[in-house]
Amino acid sequence: MVSSLGDMTTAISVSDLVKTFGDTRALDGLDLTVRVGEVHGLLGPNGSGKSTTIRILLGLLRKDSGEVRLLGGDPWRDGVALHRRLAYVPGDVNLWPNLSGGEAIELLGRLRGGLDAQRRADLLERFDLDPTKKCRTYSKGNRQKVAIVAAFASNVELLVLDEPTSGLDPLMETVFRGYITELKQAGRTALLSSHILAEVEALCDRVSIIRAGRTVESGTLDDLRHLTRTTISVEASRPFDGLRKLSGVHDLVVDGPRATFEVDVSVLDPVLRHLADLGVQTLTSAPPTLEELFLRHYGEELAALNGNNHVSSGNNRTPGGGR
Amino acid sequence: MTGFAGTLALTRLALRLDRIRLPIWLLALATMAAASAGSIADLYPTESDRLGYATTTAVNVVARAFNGTLSSPSLGAIVMVEIFTFLSLFAALLSTQTVVRHTRLEEETGRAEMIGSSVVGRFASLTAALLVMAGTNLALAALIALALVANGLAVTGSLAAGAAIGTAGMAFGALAAVAAQVMEGSRAANGTAATIIGAAFLLRATGDALGDVADNGTEVTSAWPAWLSPFGWAVQARPFSDERWAAFVPLGLLIVAAVVGASLLSGRRDVGSGLLRTSRGPAAAPRSLRNPLGLAWRLQRGVLIGWSVAVIVLSVSYGAVANEINTVVGDNEQMRELMNQLGGSENLVKGYLAFIMVIFGLVVSGYAVQSLQRLRGEEAGGPLESVLATAVSRPAWLGSHLTCALLGATWLLALSGAGAGLAYGLIVDDPAYQTATMLRAGLVQLPAVAVIVGFAVAAFGLVPQRSIALAWSAFAVSVVVVYLGPLLDLPQWTMDISPFTHLPAVPVDAITAKPLLVLSAVGVALGVIGFAAFRRRDLRL
Repeated sequence: MVSSLGDMTTAISVSDLVKTFGDTRALDGLDLTVRVGEVHGLLGPNGSGKSTTIRILLGLLRKDSGEVRLLGGDPWRDGVALHRRLAYVPGDVNLWPNLSGGEAIELLGRLRGGLDAQRRADLLERFDLDPTKKCRTYSKGNRQKVAIVAAFASNVELLVLDEPTSGLDPLMETVFRGYITELKQAGRTALLSSHILAEVEALCDRVSIIRAGRTVESGTLDDLRHLTRTTISVEASRPFDGLRKLSGVHDLVVDGPRATFEVDVSVLDPVLRHLADLGVQTLTSAPPTLEELFLRHYGEELAALNGNNHVSSGNNRTPGGGR
Repeated sequence: MTGFAGTLALTRLALRLDRIRLPIWLLALATMAAASAGSIADLYPTESDRLGYATTTAVNVVARAFNGTLSSPSLGAIVMVEIFTFLSLFAALLSTQTVVRHTRLEEETGRAEMIGSSVVGRFASLTAALLVMAGTNLALAALIALALVANGLAVTGSLAAGAAIGTAGMAFGALAAVAAQVMEGSRAANGTAATIIGAAFLLRATGDALGDVADNGTEVTSAWPAWLSPFGWAVQARPFSDERWAAFVPLGLLIVAAVVGASLLSGRRDVGSGLLRTSRGPAAAPRSLRNPLGLAWRLQRGVLIGWSVAVIVLSVSYGAVANEINTVVGDNEQMRELMNQLGGSENLVKGYLAFIMVIFGLVVSGYAVQSLQRLRGEEAGGPLESVLATAVSRPAWLGSHLTCALLGATWLLALSGAGAGLAYGLIVDDPAYQTATMLRAGLVQLPAVAVIVGFAVAAFGLVPQRSIALAWSAFAVSVVVVYLGPLLDLPQWTMDISPFTHLPAVPVDAITAKPLLVLSAVGVALGVIGFAAFRRRDLRL
């Protein structure tokens, strides 16, 4: 899974990472590779280990076992030197109640090694944040904006963002996405944890889906789509009898001349050839959404949740775990 | 009455949250009452002893200012005057903090919002906080009465004494409820409440100090400032003399007025903010705010300023009365012996000066513990996560707060020594020498404070979740040993637990290096353990 530790094209490499809090195994052999220049999505439900992973990457928590490399260094040992090259937006931003937002932004920037005053001014304006208000009066969203402005105004190689938009309204989320896109164009790297699928789908080059402290899927969205099904609706002049016999076709619903079904991406080609002989009049195909990918991995938990109201094992909150 | 829906549930929740804190406070205060009653009975066994106490304290301005006026030369009245200031101040602080904790602090944590969205009336949270506060004071009044009765004092007087302390506590709790509606946050509300308590104490002290001594030489009529203070009203219940239950009427009216006022005001503010608008801050950070030390200083300076004011007031007033100590203790053989034990000297003034410096050592330890409490505050649900994700190492962050705490403690000790020395020196017409001597006597306390500081840092490194409680326990043990050790005749090994026991009693004794070096070494060793443990552990957010 891990490609050549410490090489210049890998920003983050984690393999077989284990972290326990008392009896709870928060991370259970997690793997993660983030390449330089990509926006990498870390996707998983609450308590799956996203925040724990990020905190180990930042040297805030100590790993039990496994390999962790960040920007070519060991985050536990070389934390201070590495932190000059990255900026972090925590999932739950806590600030000093009696400092103003502007003071907090500048302080965090200075502690990191300086920040770009012009960029800071632009960010304040675009995020519509009043820097003269005391931090105690900020809402969750505004506290998050403080951390985001401080991070984006720093000139760093790597951004580590833990559910950065969970308190932002849709308008601000758009502004946030704009900055991430800009960053990507500038060749920066970002690790973005989220459970907002649309956000990850819109921003991320590659995605790692984690569940109960393990990586269950990792790759580009295209890679992942190949592992799943495309939905096809078709209207044809001849009957669909043969379709049912093809392997890889699921959930076929026939309604006269119309049919809807799902097909494994791996057998898309033979299925389309078969359809071509049926006299297709209209055809729409919908690629699998990230949501479908996600739900496929969490399907059993979902079923358990729907069947009875017990929370399944994957949803257990862990002490150091995420929100 | 839908405004009160859910009050009962919230009251139960508050009691559940305070199930350890409140019983400990109540027990500690009741024990204090019982111990004092016992020791005073031993100190003044005969009628003439008590008459002697009454006549010497009546003419002693300082004793009147600190303890208040004695209502009669009976044993119970002496106990009352000796315990009232201390216990009523603690009851007031306990009450105000309880009210603010269950109103504004709950709102700041966001829990109140969650609760407010369920079936809970607009007045429920305030009412629950007031109920818990009132219940606490009732329990305190009952426990104090029991403690006094157990020491053989009259039931009626004991009840009046308990009621005076409990009602005073309630009055300040109710005033804190008003402050909680007006001020911008829990910290400001607690600060305002503490200021009200301080002002009420000073009014009572001034009024009693300016009072007139009656012809019989034992009774004192307070001057008008005492009549502006709830503490002054509570004293008018005159327990163990001629209990005047009507004295509780003004206190009751104050409580009702404050509760009604708080309820009216609570309807006019939003959850999470007070009636006063929060002031704005600068849009950019000042130059000083650029490294961990600048940040630690910014966070701690307010606390240090407050403590500096308190230390100046206390040290100057303690120093100013040093020369009167002979008249206070006078011909009371047992008092003299007690002072000797505490200060360790035949020369009463020097013994007294040495003793008050130990008190300032304890006071400054209190400052240091409060200052280091911030370590855990920044870590648990605080901004430490963000700070340590920047180019700030753990030792640098911990070291910055430690530097502030130690420099602050040194400053306060110097201030207390210089303040007491200057005030005493001006009275005996020898300011330069006395200031220099007492400055040294103050700074001699530093190694003992360093042990408490080291202990707090070690606790933070090793057991962060319990570190605040442990640090305050170390402080409490030191206080108990210094105050009650000689009274209770504790065995030497118990006395040795407190670092303050080992200090040379300057200015009675010469400064000896060995105990200071040993204490400093213990402090440093504890600190090193704390740093090493903090470097190795997970953040406990």
